[in-house]
Amino acid sequence: MSIDTGDTAWLLVSTALVMLMTPALAFFYGGMVRRKNVLSTVMMSFSALALVSILWILYGYSLSFGPDKGGIVGGLDWIGLMGVGQEPSSVYATTVPHLAFMMFQATFAIITVALITGAVVERIKFGALLTFGALWLTLVYCPVAHWVWGSGGWLANYGALDFAGGTVVHVNAGISALALVLVLGPRRGFKERVPMEPNNIPMVVLGAALLWFGWFGFNAGSALTAGGLASNAFVATNTAAASAAFTWMILGWINRRPSVLGAATGAVVGLVAITPAAGFVQPWAGIPIGAIASVLSYYVMTWRNRANKIDESLDVFACHGIGGIWGALATGIFATAAVNSGGSGLIDGNGKQVLIQLAAIAVTIVFSFSITWFLAKLVDVTVGLRVAPEEETVGLDISQHGERAYGGLLR
Amino acid sequence: MKKIEAIIREEKLDAVKVALENLSYFGMTVSEVSGRGRQKGLTLQWRVGEYCVDFLPKIKIEVVVLDEDVSGVINAITTNARTGEERGDGKIFIIPVEGAVRVRTGEIGENAI
Repeated sequence: MSIDTGDTAWLLVSTALVMLMTPALAFFYGGMVRRKNVLSTVMMSFSALALVSILWILYGYSLSFGPDKGGIVGGLDWIGLMGVGQEPSSVYATTVPHLAFMMFQATFAIITVALITGAVVERIKFGALLTFGALWLTLVYCPVAHWVWGSGGWLANYGALDFAGGTVVHVNAGISALALVLVLGPRRGFKERVPMEPNNIPMVVLGAALLWFGWFGFNAGSALTAGGLASNAFVATNTAAASAAFTWMILGWINRRPSVLGAATGAVVGLVAITPAAGFVQPWAGIPIGAIASVLSYYVMTWRNRANKIDESLDVFACHGIGGIWGALATGIFATAAVNSGGSGLIDGNGKQVLIQLAAIAVTIVFSFSITWFLAKLVDVTVGLRVAPEEETVGLDISQHGERAYGGLLR
Repeated sequence: MKKIEAIIREEKLDAVKVALENLSYFGMTVSEVSGRGRQKGLTLQWRVGEYCVDFLPKIKIEVVVLDEDVSGVINAITTNARTGEERGDGKIFIIPVEGAVRVRTGEIGENAI
């Protein structure tokens, strides 16, 4: 097929929008940690941008999207972008240059690695995080991306629906965060409930708002064309974010006050949940999908908080794991052929789709948990995952990076 | 001369400042400080639920006054910084001052304050 300039323009813009989500995530996470760890937290996301960009063009794209090997993984035919050029691919986004599609996918791989870092802030060794990130991209992200989105991927053939990455990005990141943190262990003082005050909540809100903005590229860009489907995904995305932010605000209000941190969290959870569904459901479905996502995530977070057993510090599992699982399931419920001929769910009388979605979720959970746990152990016995106790007490900004976020005694 | 160090609620700074001005004490040093007394901590909201902060934000006012003004100044601070709450209104410490120098002129003692 020939290149469509409208589609190409939209995909390039979407790619830039999704790229912005990673620094946005840096702000979102960075504002929530203690003042002594804000730079280190920001750096975890920012360095994912550098690390994954390189690995992606070297081999990551080929492993994920290269010519299929048994439905499991892509071949290495496109290593170093060999054969990925200005002409469209014959199977992916056939109206835009193959390079544009490759780069769009790169930004997804980057943010997925960055998402996991929210679980391990304030005590992971920076070098260990980079090592883990490179291994995780290669052995977890690339295969799962191939299963779901790769031409010939077995989950795609099985009929699982994932418009923009509910399983590949969010379930994958949420479950992996949990596995990684089980190996890493809690922050010092966590068990004793030492207060760990967020250093800058306006920064969290700025991050959430920029994530919301970038998510239009994430979801509406995943239409891969600039037309009705992109517009549908765009409206559904905004609706779910709004609905979830509002719901979280009300939940907080019932307990005490409408928390700002809560509203920002809710928006992100809604965006997570609509991700697999955006191009399969009617825009109104964003309201229940967002609201239910907030309720589920809110109570899982409350439970984790009360139990005080697992220091999954910034609740990657509760936000992305739970939001992603619900979103993938909701896609099976609300998908309708009226929006996208590629998917019919329960609402169209196709209850079987819900079971397919459940199976895809279960497979992703088992795979990403087990491989991630193994990789975390591997990095722990070789490089060592944790910083020394005194480095943790001083803070990772000084101990890992030799910098401080808010310098200057005098104004 | 005495230095009055008053640790008060943030929201009472303006009222105390005006009361000191009314006693002709325009000069003062104000700092944002953290601390705790019987109020202990402060409960804030996290994304879900709450957490407790050990130290509360307070304002510290330092003003050096003549010996004969001490009781008047203390009275002005206490009446204006009091809220009627059960705890958390702060403390005042009175510290003897050895001497004072105005940097611009070199004046010393009571003339310098």
